[in-house]
Amino acid sequence: MKMKKILAVLSTAALCTAMFAACGDASSSSGSAASGGGSASGGKIKVGIINNDPNESGYRTANDKDLKEAFSEANGYDATFAYSMKNDEQIAAAQKMIQDEVDYLLISAADTAGWDSVLKDAQAADVKVILFDRTIDASEDLYEASIVSDMDKEGQTAVEWLKGQNLDSYKVIHIQGVMGSAAQKGRSQALTDAAAADSGKWEIVAEQTGEWNAEKAQQIVQSVIDSNKEFNVIYAENDDMAKGAVAALDKAGISHGVGKDVIVMGFDCNGWALKELLDQNWNYDGQCNPFQSSYIKDVIDKLEKGEKLEQKKIIMDEKGFDATTITQEDVDKYGI
Amino acid sequence: MPNNSKVQPPKAPLWARLTKHQIIIPIAALLALALFNLIADPSFFKITLNETSNGNKVLSGNIISIIDSGSELAILALGMTLVTAASGGQDISVGAAIAISGSVMLRVLCGSDSHSATLQAPIIVALLIACLVSMAFGAFNGALVAFFKIQPMVATLILFTAGRSIAAWINNNELPIVNDESFGYFGNYIPGIPIPTPFLIAIVCFIVTWLFMKFTSISLYVQSVGVNEKTSRLNGLNPEFIKLMTYVLLGLCVAIAAFIKVSRISTINYSVIAKDIEMDAILAVALGGNALSGGKFSMSSSVLGAYVIQFLTTTLYKFEVKATALPAYKAVVVILLVVLSAPTVREKLARLGKKLKKSKPAGQAA
Amino acid sequence: MKEDSLLEMRGIYKSFPGVKALQNVDFTLRKGEIHALMGENGAGKSTLIKVLTGVHVKDEGVISLQGKGEVHIHSPQDAQKNGISTVYQEITLCPNLSVAENIYIARGKGGLVSWRSMNKKAQELLDSLGIDVKANQQLASCSIAVQQMVAIARAVDMDCSVLILDEPTSSLDESEVEKLFVLMRQLKERGVGIIFVTHFLDQVYAVCDRITVLRDGQLVGEYEIESLPRIQLVSKMLGKDLDDMADIKGESLPTGDPNSTPVYEAEGLASVEGIGPYNFEIRAGEVNGFTGLLGSGRSESVRAIFGADRVTGGKVKIDGKSVKITKPRQAMAHGIAYLPEDRKRDGIVGDLSVRDNIILALQVKTGFFKPFSKAKATEFADEYIKLLDIKTASVNTPIKSLSGGNQQKVILARWLLTHPKYLILDEPTRGIDVGTKTDIQKLVLKLASEGMCVTFISSETDEMLRTCSRLLVMRDRKLVGELTGDQLTQAAVMNTIAGGEKNAEQQ
Repeated sequence: MKMKKILAVLSTAALCTAMFAACGDASSSSGSAASGGGSASGGKIKVGIINNDPNESGYRTANDKDLKEAFSEANGYDATFAYSMKNDEQIAAAQKMIQDEVDYLLISAADTAGWDSVLKDAQAADVKVILFDRTIDASEDLYEASIVSDMDKEGQTAVEWLKGQNLDSYKVIHIQGVMGSAAQKGRSQALTDAAAADSGKWEIVAEQTGEWNAEKAQQIVQSVIDSNKEFNVIYAENDDMAKGAVAALDKAGISHGVGKDVIVMGFDCNGWALKELLDQNWNYDGQCNPFQSSYIKDVIDKLEKGEKLEQKKIIMDEKGFDATTITQEDVDKYGI
Repeated sequence: MPNNSKVQPPKAPLWARLTKHQIIIPIAALLALALFNLIADPSFFKITLNETSNGNKVLSGNIISIIDSGSELAILALGMTLVTAASGGQDISVGAAIAISGSVMLRVLCGSDSHSATLQAPIIVALLIACLVSMAFGAFNGALVAFFKIQPMVATLILFTAGRSIAAWINNNELPIVNDESFGYFGNYIPGIPIPTPFLIAIVCFIVTWLFMKFTSISLYVQSVGVNEKTSRLNGLNPEFIKLMTYVLLGLCVAIAAFIKVSRISTINYSVIAKDIEMDAILAVALGGNALSGGKFSMSSSVLGAYVIQFLTTTLYKFEVKATALPAYKAVVVILLVVLSAPTVREKLARLGKKLKKSKPAGQAA
Repeated sequence: MKEDSLLEMRGIYKSFPGVKALQNVDFTLRKGEIHALMGENGAGKSTLIKVLTGVHVKDEGVISLQGKGEVHIHSPQDAQKNGISTVYQEITLCPNLSVAENIYIARGKGGLVSWRSMNKKAQELLDSLGIDVKANQQLASCSIAVQQMVAIARAVDMDCSVLILDEPTSSLDESEVEKLFVLMRQLKERGVGIIFVTHFLDQVYAVCDRITVLRDGQLVGEYEIESLPRIQLVSKMLGKDLDDMADIKGESLPTGDPNSTPVYEAEGLASVEGIGPYNFEIRAGEVNGFTGLLGSGRSESVRAIFGADRVTGGKVKIDGKSVKITKPRQAMAHGIAYLPEDRKRDGIVGDLSVRDNIILALQVKTGFFKPFSKAKATEFADEYIKLLDIKTASVNTPIKSLSGGNQQKVILARWLLTHPKYLILDEPTRGIDVGTKTDIQKLVLKLASEGMCVTFISSETDEMLRTCSRLLVMRDRKLVGELTGDQLTQAAVMNTIAGGEKNAEQQ
């Protein structure tokens, strides 16, 4: 019996190790030889990257891929990645990286709050912090730079476009992302403000979080359809959820798109989503630029050389696409 | 030997037998939910025939949503019941296993090009391969539990943790999309059939399960092993093999559930697909009145339990309860039902019932 | 309430669905007496005890205790508070805890525990009672006998006025029984009233003062021990006037045809439990048995025959043909059946119905793809319920709610249903009333006369002497002797067990 138990523990441990190996991209490269590109310190630049789960959405996959390519060994970096969609797990991973004495800590936070202690610890350990993709609620002194999408602006651009459609009344199904994330906050705020400002014309028929998940979005819209409520706009805070919403519409035979009964709006500009715009099945897609690595590298270069940064906050340039004006070129260029 | 005649109780009427059987718990829950909705808004039960954008005529309505969305859970409940009964523990890796199974299916269908325009293999082949892979992972779990005597929740923790990463690795971290229309039929509607296909698939699974239980002695064997392994062995059974089998069968259920899930949206999202479904599956088994410590079981009760959970979810959505609050409501309802079904509480209620009967003019002692 | 009565139960009624367990039963226990409670299977002894100890609540009747008048006992805690302690037939202690922990568990002192003082106190208690065990030993590592005595020590330590011993001697050997009696007499001196529930007639006459007899849920009578000879006691219990036991004596014992090929033959059989290697054979129509002291390996020997323990060596032949029997499944396929010694652990599948328990072995034999319909299974079950007179509310009743004796009958039914060639019965009469015991012995003889071969193990040597034509004597896991014909006497058995060099020839 005891023998069996020992065997069990050993084989389990072996299996776990094998699985982690199979998952590939979890661990960092062990760079002993310095291979060109590099820093004044004569070795590789140690970078710790905290991101959300790369499987969360097409945007995230592109973002992660971009970072991996940029911070590869060949480019002179020793990069470690940690992923989670949960804020506390990210914080724990960040603490570990600080202890591992990384040179730079790059963070895309799941939640805007709760990072004060991490930022302070990093500062104390002389680890330079760069925020990317999403902001954190903290004093600017605590980080070197932030290269973020202005989520508020994304929301506003979308809502402005919606206002520009000049509908008699707006009955909106609002499908939100994971509550508390910067993306959700920014994109939701604009819509909430618009509805509050003109409550005669605007009505939020339903507001639920789909947690970036197509299936949940489908169930939410299905529920509204089953309750026989009227609506003419679907404001989905990412493409996957817009897709789920559209599936529910198709099932019910409700028309959507340019010149049809329901306006469909998404965010992230996945290639396939932009195609839907091109085909005029959807109406609007808000860009969320995942390619921050070049900006980050610039910042790191400057810091390594000891230069001062012109501006701490670098806002990515993002726009919104309209189905009536989008071209194939746009799809190829901007689709992720 | 003298044969003392004993009092043979007369065969009780159906409703009386039903109340004694564990199936009364999910039935009561369903009735309560139905009643609640009936009072709050009778139009909840309305079913209409709509035309989809493809020109198909399909049924829609809250009840349809329930039987549609509850399919995967009901199918999983079948396998989870057997696993619980035989090994006295639960398999918490089913969500991750669905991710793996779905990923395999998409890999077979899309090949290495995640946006391939045509199917690289027939759908049935993809399904069969996914079944084999799922059953293999099921066997892995089963072997740990049966041969290495590891506690089921601990053993299945391995796949729970690593499964979704494996799923992503199968497709190189890409999110393949199936562009073939016929693939979507299985998760949505087959043209010409107004009933949602997932429900039809679930019905087929129920029938197959019923036939399996009727034409083999699996029910007796699983219950025997679950209640007393030593005795089962001395009666010629092989408890290890039986336990292993239950996990493999759950693997089969996983593959079918994955098939439905992936077909709904013709793509997959590894971290999100079937998230937390293992908790719902375990809940379904418990709501069905089955002991989570193993032993006797009732398959039909588990299936009803699954639909209770789905009914609850749909009801809460309808009342615009925030999705983040959903788990809290589920928890309250679950606590209520599980407490009411606990043997001590039932005994107290039975005693109460007897007292009330006694207060009526007493007849001759039976 | 009478002056020297410690406990009085009057007019007790208790029913369960379909079964009237107790009807108008009275029971009186005096201070400082050892009072035997006796009755057949289903007579109501267990139920009466459970009503007294709060496990069941009586439907009607009055229970009074000396100095307290009428008491209402609704739970085991109530019973304990009133000074009633019980030691049950099946050990209800925690095997994973130590002896000391088991003695003091759940005794409500609360707060912090001083392990050292607990162990010390426990050791003192054990020593004072003559129980040879260390207080910090894990209970599971002790023999059943010792576990039993720890249970009694616990009850004794709780300062009870009424001590109930429910079949305490079933798993004890003679020396251990003697120690128990010493303990009981000690308690009697202290004024404790002891209710002794047992089937062992010899023991009753050795230590008890009075006897109460129940039959079919009703009181037959209360007697002083001197005024009730054994024959009368048995006849009151059975409700008959014959001496059934005398009936069986003197019949020729079944030996089978010595010239026929043995149904089962083993050469060099050994198992992982340290048994053997030994040779063994049995012929159609023969009844033999294994005898020896507790722990001598009787059960292990027959388990090796059935493949219940891992077999490490030996050649086996069935009807002359070489076969491999290393698993119960194979043994069953060759027509061997085995009724295990520990019915709770190895015998019953507690939550399953009587019907499922009866058909289990036959179902496994018949095959996975040929399940019995409910109707067929019920038919089988009804047949054997009738044949063996099993008292149960219905075929659907979970077997765990049957009395011990009836459970045993169900398991016997299970194996008889498989129509075996060779039936092995390990302690089939333990915890069973006198009437059923004789019925089982008669059944064994009948089966043998029909051509079955039977191996019979019992702690009561006279049972074996009445039914077996050959006795294999075990000592310390080795086969040390074989007795047949004239050698089949108590004395010869004792001698062989003890290891006298001269065997029964001397008798």
